[in-house]
Amino acid sequence: MSGKTLYDKIWDAHVVSTDANGESILYIDLHLIHEVTTPQAFAGLRAAHRPVRRPDRTLAVADHNTPTEGQALGVGAVADEEARAQLQALERNVKANGIEFLPMGDPRNGIVHVVGPEQGRTQPGMTIVCGDSHTSTHGAFGSLAQGIGTSEVEHVLATQTLRQMKSKNMRVAFTGTPAPGVGAKDFALALIGRIGTSGGTGHVIEYTGEAIRALSMEGRMTLCNLTIEAGARAGLVAPDETTFAYVMGRPSAPKGAAWDMAVSHWKTFVSDPDARFDSEITVDVSALPPTVTWGTSPEDVVAIDGRVPDPADFAEEKATAIQRALDYMGLTPGQRIDEARVDRVFIGSCTNSRIEDLRAAAAVAAGRKVAAHVSAMIVPGSGLVKEQAESEGLDVIFREAGFDWREPGCSMCLGMNPDRLAPGERCASTSNRNFEGRQGRGGRTHLMSPAMAAAAAIAGRIADVREFG
Amino acid sequence: MTPFTRLDAKAAPLDVANVDTDQIIPKQFLKTVDREGLARGLFYDMRFEVDGSPRAGFVLDDPAFKGAQVLIAGDNFGCGSSREHAPWALLDFGIRCVISTSFADIFYNNCFQNGLLPIALPRDQVRALMGEAKGGNHVFSVDLETQTVTAPSGQTFHFDIDPGRKEKMLGGLDAIGETLQAADDISAYEARRALDQPWLEAAR
Repeated sequence: MSGKTLYDKIWDAHVVSTDANGESILYIDLHLIHEVTTPQAFAGLRAAHRPVRRPDRTLAVADHNTPTEGQALGVGAVADEEARAQLQALERNVKANGIEFLPMGDPRNGIVHVVGPEQGRTQPGMTIVCGDSHTSTHGAFGSLAQGIGTSEVEHVLATQTLRQMKSKNMRVAFTGTPAPGVGAKDFALALIGRIGTSGGTGHVIEYTGEAIRALSMEGRMTLCNLTIEAGARAGLVAPDETTFAYVMGRPSAPKGAAWDMAVSHWKTFVSDPDARFDSEITVDVSALPPTVTWGTSPEDVVAIDGRVPDPADFAEEKATAIQRALDYMGLTPGQRIDEARVDRVFIGSCTNSRIEDLRAAAAVAAGRKVAAHVSAMIVPGSGLVKEQAESEGLDVIFREAGFDWREPGCSMCLGMNPDRLAPGERCASTSNRNFEGRQGRGGRTHLMSPAMAAAAAIAGRIADVREFG
Repeated sequence: MTPFTRLDAKAAPLDVANVDTDQIIPKQFLKTVDREGLARGLFYDMRFEVDGSPRAGFVLDDPAFKGAQVLIAGDNFGCGSSREHAPWALLDFGIRCVISTSFADIFYNNCFQNGLLPIALPRDQVRALMGEAKGGNHVFSVDLETQTVTAPSGQTFHFDIDPGRKEKMLGGLDAIGETLQAADDISAYEARRALDQPWLEAAR
């Protein structure tokens, strides 16, 4: 019998029971919640007179709807009436159920997938869920982290479990050493470009290889975050010394003797050498250029020195899809991607709003100016990221270069709050989805790394960060 | 949850691949605290102009497809955001079944929580059904018990579905109520975990 994968081990450690159809009841160690996908779940619990089983294993933040300025004025000052009602509903629901809540304005508040790791709530070997697809982010710690819908949120609140069939195992090895200016965002875009947005459907992906071992926790979070854009249920990186060093000392991390006990437990969460994967892919990153998207799906990727596709080179069905995307994006078949002029730049989101992301963008922005026709904004992932950046003087670098320095939240990644694109505006964005209308109706999104987004802000067009040494 | 047993209804063809949940229901409709009333946001950007006036040409607004309860879509339907507002909006509009070559995992799960049947079929079969649906006035039959889809021409395709999910759909069962019957097992698991990983029980 072959050994177990990391996914197999986390799964087996959390199965409460499995029925005759193969569906398991899986115990959930950590449930993260936010204002948008929970009101109907709490309403369901109330209607059925069901309590929250483990409020102590639940953490709430407000992030999707929150404005990125004037947060100190409080929820009562949120101009959008519906958003305000949703934020107030969350406040009532967590209070009534004894759930810890980091509200807007609290320095520990921010995007749920930045806050969980930052507070030490996210730990290796855990099962983690949240009513948000980018929950896959937490897989960077070697925890099985999955996005769920609102009915499942209600199920987890009531039972602290999820009913689920096991997924398949996929391994993606990133080999080689990337060139300067190339990192986790490029790895992810290159992978999605290769396997497509449904390439990982039905699978949990484990990332391995020397390029992964060399990544910081921030980089691993970016990669695992984007795993959902490849269609996979979750992404995983086995925990190592980099992981333990990140978790140690955080508010909810185990302390003293419990720390040593926890680390020896966490170290068991690695794939066995003879573990069997249902599919395997290898990506050599040594020759990988900075990568951006050109179209309206994360699989529509192009190297920074490349050209957008020409529908004439493709068969009918594919050609139609490409033409539709080019029309929406306002691009000419076969044009160079670095000739696309940008109107807006957004640096933020659960994909790329952590301190390392801001440092990378600041390194490009330092001593330069945002192009006159570009409006560029930086939205830190949490209040603590913002404080850290300010203590390093990054805010000063950004402001002097002409960037708008904002308060934390999901912001223009999905445009639920007032930050969004106007029709036809082209945006260099560090977020995760370039879908039609995602950042605002008619908005045109190009996904890229924080350093590349900063370079686009300066150049006023999509640009190669390698020319900004 | 409304049980799903058999459906005889019109089918509307939406021949677009990678229809994401942002397209199914855009962000501005997610600020509700209710599950109801989301039909007004379904495929909003495809159905309405920026000023809110109706946009011509969208299949579900075509009189020939009025009352359609089956949607036949391109590959990888429901990718992107986990928003359960997507199946809620489809159901509120009257769609009870979506047929595609593949579905994104979270959307697929969300469908089963709400009695919306997602059917995955091989590409040639989806193309055949898409072709028949484009004909307009017709009736498709979807039978969950026998796991078959029958097109107006009479050609019938068998689909696979996980037996547990099928049982719940047919009975309209409440998953939470069922899991709570295993409360003793969950408590036993928690007691074991408290011994093995005491740091998870300590202060937050």
